[in-house]
Amino acid sequence: MTITMNHGAGGRIMHEFIHASILAHLGNDLLLRMDDAAVLEPSGPCKIAMTTDSYVVHPLFFPGGDIGKLAICGTVNDLSTSGAIPRWLTLSFILEEGFPLESLDRIIASIGATAREAGVLIVTGDTKVVEKGKGDGIFINTAGVGFIPEGVNLSTHNARPGDSVLINGPMGNHEAALFTVREQLPFTTTIESDAAPLNHLVQKLLGLSSGIRSVKDPTRGGVASALWEICDHSSVTITVQEDALPVDPQVRGVCELVGFDPMYMANEGKIIVVCDSDHKEVLLAAMGPGASCIGTVCEGAPSLTMATSIGGIRRLSMMENIQLPRIC
Amino acid sequence: MHSATVKEKVPLLSEEIARLATRPLTFMEVCGTHTMAIARHGIKSLLPPAISIVSGPGCPVCVTSATDIERAITLGDTPGVLVATFGDMIKVPGEKRTLGSATNVKVIYSPLDALELARKSPHLQVVLLGIGFETTAPLMAAAVLQARREALPNFSTLSMHKMVPQALSLLLSDENSALSGFILPGHVSAITGRKYYNFLEGSAVSSVIAGFEPLDIMESLYRLVQACMAHDCRPINNYPRIVKEEGNTKAMETLFRVFEPCDTSWRGIGTIPLSGLALKEEFAQFDASARFDLPTREIPEPKGCLCGAILMGKALPDSCRHFGTACTPSFPIGPCMVSTEGTCAAWFKYH
Repeated sequence: MTITMNHGAGGRIMHEFIHASILAHLGNDLLLRMDDAAVLEPSGPCKIAMTTDSYVVHPLFFPGGDIGKLAICGTVNDLSTSGAIPRWLTLSFILEEGFPLESLDRIIASIGATAREAGVLIVTGDTKVVEKGKGDGIFINTAGVGFIPEGVNLSTHNARPGDSVLINGPMGNHEAALFTVREQLPFTTTIESDAAPLNHLVQKLLGLSSGIRSVKDPTRGGVASALWEICDHSSVTITVQEDALPVDPQVRGVCELVGFDPMYMANEGKIIVVCDSDHKEVLLAAMGPGASCIGTVCEGAPSLTMATSIGGIRRLSMMENIQLPRIC
Repeated sequence: MHSATVKEKVPLLSEEIARLATRPLTFMEVCGTHTMAIARHGIKSLLPPAISIVSGPGCPVCVTSATDIERAITLGDTPGVLVATFGDMIKVPGEKRTLGSATNVKVIYSPLDALELARKSPHLQVVLLGIGFETTAPLMAAAVLQARREALPNFSTLSMHKMVPQALSLLLSDENSALSGFILPGHVSAITGRKYYNFLEGSAVSSVIAGFEPLDIMESLYRLVQACMAHDCRPINNYPRIVKEEGNTKAMETLFRVFEPCDTSWRGIGTIPLSGLALKEEFAQFDASARFDLPTREIPEPKGCLCGAILMGKALPDSCRHFGTACTPSFPIGPCMVSTEGTCAAWFKYH
């Protein structure tokens, strides 16, 4: 069974398809009303965060995840890094005629499981079908709304000299996982994407410490580009310690083979936390066993430098060239 | 080597180098992997101001002439032809376009992949681009020998190979050269052996074969400074765990069984006599330049591009008016910015 133009035509087939394939996995009181718009009740007088993202990853299924999981994690994480508690997501599919229903079912099941893990509700959505050859199987867009609790003020503009820079685990696993399945390298690896919703972790950290200045998810462009943004927005220099940068041996192996730099590789389950250095031990302990302090914020013009493991100093630039297309 | 040992040794070497280098010394490395390793580990920040390191013509992609790129583009646009090449080549500009914009180009990771393409696609003429120094040339030679054994009718190679000694000799023949020493390439030397560089003994520069780990490089620099201060011009092998006196004789035999020296043009430098490798007459059937009608018109260097002077160690990347403005890794003008191992790309990324 595959997707036909009728699945997006607004008639009986589309109606049945939405009930059987989508609502069965994702149904909740708000979505099941099936009105043209979801009507939402804010939980009190607080700031609202909103974001949107489109997902075009190739291949659709990869070790550690799939396009559905990414579509939830990506939007949930964009809300989370602003300090928001994500609540409601929209979900739009652009499907290509001929796309297997079995694959779509797997993707929707994955969306449902990830949304439950993150504790968010899909409250409204849309399905369009394009003719064969006019799409690439499936594209997904999600938008999300969350609430920022009173007193939370996270921003890439807030880093100050003396602050510490933390990360919650090894870099580059998402992009390395995609690269290895896509390029069919002449050896096998067990590298998996790190895709995961980060909202619970960020809220836990915010509950433990009032010294968090910025939280940033190092997705496309990797840790180097994310740190650059903080340097630029906060007008500071950040120095990272090469020895402290966590990289899985297999990811390092792939990088060395093809000339990638893990600092520039995309992640989907990592956060960089800039915090008052007095709070770093508490936060590291809460961030899990893979977490480490990778650098410090210093006074100076916006720039990113690395203290190399042999005691040298060098500059890190923003990512210049795309390493791998369509990674999310 | 255990990293604690490295951390203890590097500062000591750094101090010793600073103590020994009592006059200005300019060293040149001639290997893209050294360019990157020196930049990546921040080696220059560990050296005294008296020592400067410049990058020579050591990146095979960077020294490929625009004329040769145009020949490869012509092949890629020829119906029924598939060009197989290492990835970096597809981004190098020819006269107006890059190889990546040609119709039929496939990126490979090993020359043997090209043979497999030829076997799988009997309706296509597969042309393997022969890029690289003495390191990769034996692999290309092995591919040609294998193609002959299998009598593959649809496989050929376009040889743009270059050899290291002729380039070093040219650099030394320059009266205005300020070079005090060469950091010789570890990978090439593993194939050629240390003796290959004996011709340097009669020159006025010292030289050392270096590995690629930070400690390898620091130790090699230390020995190079020592040799310079003692005016000792015998090539030193500081990578003996990989490089032997005679090298890999089997690889060298394979290389010269298939190829013979020929004049070839280096990007930004011009023609260096007998510095290239052409297929021998008996392998002419696998020679793409004989099999296809390829353009021979000389393509001029891009206007204002200093890649030639940079490759010769006479200019630094930031003295080029295009550097960082018109010429960036995303929109490279010259080959030194194209290759990830190019001097300008390393300078842009790490300096």
